Amino acid sequence: MAYGTFTEVFFYLFVTLIIFGALVAVSSPILMKAVMGLAMAMFGVAGLYLYLNSPFLALMQILIYVGAVCIMIVFGIMVGYTPKELAAYAVGPKNTVLALIASLLTIGVLQFGILKTVWVQASGAGAGDYSLAHLGETLMVRYGLAFELISVVLLIAIVGAVAITWNGKRGGLSK
Amino acid sequence: MISGNLHTYLIVAVFLLGLGLYGMMQHRSLIGMLISIELILNGAGLNFMAFNRFLAPDPTTGQIFTLFIMGLAAAEAAIAVSLIFAVYRKYKTSDPEQISDLRG
Repeated sequence: MAYGTFTEVFFYLFVTLIIFGALVAVSSPILMKAVMGLAMAMFGVAGLYLYLNSPFLALMQILIYVGAVCIMIVFGIMVGYTPKELAAYAVGPKNTVLALIASLLTIGVLQFGILKTVWVQASGAGAGDYSLAHLGETLMVRYGLAFELISVVLLIAIVGAVAITWNGKRGGLSK
Repeated sequence: MISGNLHTYLIVAVFLLGLGLYGMMQHRSLIGMLISIELILNGAGLNFMAFNRFLAPDPTTGQIFTLFIMGLAAAEAAIAVSLIFAVYRKYKTSDPEQISDLRG
């Protein structure tokens, strides 16, 4: 019982991290703070992955999102120039209200759907093999083609990113 | 136990989606929009993991799908940051409204 209460407290902690981090990420006019909020929310999501029985995915979430994507965005903020006034000067109060209405409407409609739907479990759901060995075997055997395709996509993305920035340096884009 | 309930995870994921949409419409810089996209992708990954844990017969499918989402998000962020560099070099601004002319 004590152990259960302990894990529940940590669950609430992770959900709080997600909510607070996401709020900071969308509302802060200072972009560096927004990225820190994004990293916080991603840490919270990694914590929830632990509760969903996959510590491997939690580690990958921290490694890829917090470690790679956030650092890349920080790099983009420091090299590019976005003045604070530009970020703070929102699209005007009318548009902010419209954006708020649209997102709240989305949340409301989807929550209604979630709570009204009767979710049907497949037989044996949640009881399968969660081991890392099984995950790796499925990734390499059953989803081998998708695995190869995503490595090609990553390679092309890296080459494309280098080509775009390099072309700009030569003056190709700024002529 | 709130952590053993499918609805909790789905509602957190919907919250991430809604905040990401709000940020997309409200942020006034390209980097801010990129941050909001990452929030939305995180929500999608959380959704897949929750369905994988509570509904799917084979628990590896959702995990692999989430891994693919992470890989594509990393590729997308790299491309987006380099495009923002190129746009900044050409227009000397990061304001999406200023970037309005094309060249044929």
